[in-house]
Amino acid sequence: MADMSLTKHLMPVLAPKVRCTNFEEVALGYDSETAIAEAKRCLNCKHKPCIEGCPVKIHIPEFIAEVAEGNFEKAYEIISQSSSLPSVCGRVCPQETQCEQKCVRGIKGEPVGIGYLERFVADYHAKNKTEANKKIEATKGRVAVIGSGPAGLSCAGELAKRGYEVTIYEALHAAGGVLTYGIPEFRLPKTIVSEEIEGLKQLGVKIETNVVIGRTILIDELFSDYGFDAVFIGSGAGLPKFMNIEGEELKGVYSANEFLTRINLMKGHCEDTHTPVKLSKKTVVVGGGNVAMDAARCAKRLGADVSIVYRRTKNELPARKEEVEHAIEEGIEFKFLTNPVKILGDENGFANKIVCRKMQLSEPDASGRARPVEVEGSDFEIEADSIIMALGTSPNPIIRDTTEGLETAKWGGIIANDETGLTSKEGVFAGGDAVSGAATVILAMGAGKNAANAIDEYISSKK
Amino acid sequence: MFEIVTKKELNPTVTLMEIKAPLIAKKALAGQFVILRVDDKGERIPLTIADYNREKGTVTIIFQIVGGTTIRLNQKNQGEFIEDIVGPLGKATELDGLKKVAVVGGGVGCAIAYPIAKSLYDSGCEVHSIVGFRNEDLVILEDEFKEKSHKYVLMTDDGSAGEKGLVTDALKKLIESGEEYDEVITIGPLIMMKFVCELTRKYNIKTIASMNPVMIDGTGMCGGCRLTVGGQTKFACVDGPDFDGHLIDFDSAIKRSSMYRDEEQKDREKACNLFKKEVE
Repeated sequence: MADMSLTKHLMPVLAPKVRCTNFEEVALGYDSETAIAEAKRCLNCKHKPCIEGCPVKIHIPEFIAEVAEGNFEKAYEIISQSSSLPSVCGRVCPQETQCEQKCVRGIKGEPVGIGYLERFVADYHAKNKTEANKKIEATKGRVAVIGSGPAGLSCAGELAKRGYEVTIYEALHAAGGVLTYGIPEFRLPKTIVSEEIEGLKQLGVKIETNVVIGRTILIDELFSDYGFDAVFIGSGAGLPKFMNIEGEELKGVYSANEFLTRINLMKGHCEDTHTPVKLSKKTVVVGGGNVAMDAARCAKRLGADVSIVYRRTKNELPARKEEVEHAIEEGIEFKFLTNPVKILGDENGFANKIVCRKMQLSEPDASGRARPVEVEGSDFEIEADSIIMALGTSPNPIIRDTTEGLETAKWGGIIANDETGLTSKEGVFAGGDAVSGAATVILAMGAGKNAANAIDEYISSKK
Repeated sequence: MFEIVTKKELNPTVTLMEIKAPLIAKKALAGQFVILRVDDKGERIPLTIADYNREKGTVTIIFQIVGGTTIRLNQKNQGEFIEDIVGPLGKATELDGLKKVAVVGGGVGCAIAYPIAKSLYDSGCEVHSIVGFRNEDLVILEDEFKEKSHKYVLMTDDGSAGEKGLVTDALKKLIESGEEYDEVITIGPLIMMKFVCELTRKYNIKTIASMNPVMIDGTGMCGGCRLTVGGQTKFACVDGPDFDGHLIDFDSAIKRSSMYRDEEQKDREKACNLFKKEVE
């Protein structure tokens, strides 16, 4: 008989006052007893709506049934059939709009904590596994993967498991893409990312850092000079957008990408590193997505008073619910229905104020969200010595400009088939943010996995 | 890890290093840059490629010892290794079809101006190189420039070498004496490039400036290197580093370049203290 309690078992977290002063992981994870108890809330219903909500179609009720029985390794095996990065997805997936949104238990009360259980299972496996992944003999062909973020890692992992020799090319000095430079330690510890990458290396995947495809090596050369049979482009979202308002060029105005990279990749806030991070007294973050939450919470941890300015209301925030809740608990102030119009600076060119305008919601726009419209004469100033723009991205032009025959959409994204990732260029597949524009880790992973399928078929059919 | 195969002091504050990086050497063109990290705690800094040798598989960088990172880089010796180097990044300087060009370099910027002068000269273009330094002790690449220029004008602030004055004085003189340039290419301190561009605007001569703003990834991700060009936000790492000098908002670029001055000062002190300890 299922446990019919209406609420999820609570996720233990670091106290807000403690965590605001460090970068340690906020959510601490279930212990075995709690995981088993939460798993028992699953009704194991016949039509399994949760699976429909999962971009990589994890066999959710089956793994949860194993957790309920205490068979955690078995549960891990079930998840691994569909997902290559469970310890990551358990932490960063927006479960409330995916699997958990479809959960029958959510109709009355809270859904089963699928994300919490996924994380538990992955962490259990990482802690208790006794042997390294077996290197798989690569006999079926050679594939180059561009980018070591979620799309690239999942594509590489899947192909390696199927017997392909895979080389990942990474532009930065460290692998992981957005998992390394973007998502902060307190949400996704970097040891988890490096363990996942280590696991791929054990399978035989090679990772070449410091190589920018489109500059150091061209895509055409990957075929002609390096002898790859296929290429997967998972190069990520690209360049940060700005608002093009007055004062954006002032010192103290950053993109969230820059601010987060200085901290997460370069560890600029640590005493023994050399990348500068400017400490701020009052930070304003503009935007409402996960990146905005990450930037705000990093700024908080560096000692700033932080507010988030968002032009719609709390209901439209695109960020994961848990991140918003954590941000509020940490004392980050939200100014909803507010949009910046200009930034003011002091005589030395440092930003010191941001002028904002009140907004109100009107009928829904193309994105389906209520359209914010300006309220005339409602301008007001907020003091801020640092302003972080978290407004999304526009595609990186390097591969597009250097690869003949690779078609891109008007907005710059690579055109690729939804199911296979096949682009207009033979043997070249693409997926993740480079195709979709900025989206989630799990969607990128799903695209990488689908492309791996298609690449396997493509190469097999040729040989 | 990448080996330093040659290290040469060009003057007391400017060092040349030739680094083994075959993949970069194979692709490098004048005007492009690399990003490097000295060690695993290091920051990523952009440095323009001063030269390359495709056969040897090396790229040459020339840097001024100004901050913590360049002090640490300068402590590395021939045969030692730097942690990371990636490139070639940015777009190469467009040199095709140019018949007569004035290359205007200032200070360590001459290290970047030189490969451009060389490429132009080798492709049959008439090259006038105008280079400026604070004083005689800081002059670099004099022989190299002379060899690859049809005209070479050396300017120093104090007149201790070449003529006394600014590069803009020399450029103005040449233009007014009737030299007609297809293009002026300028590389050096922002303030110098600003005045070069202001001068050439008056004479309506197309001018390209090579920008070197703060960068982190250098590959089109972080947005740290943004500039305002013709009223639009541009990124030096992927849209540049060369831009139409008459469209660049130099004043905001100058302001932004000092964003981390305090932090850089602290890091410099750290590096100096470490260096002192080693010497003691």
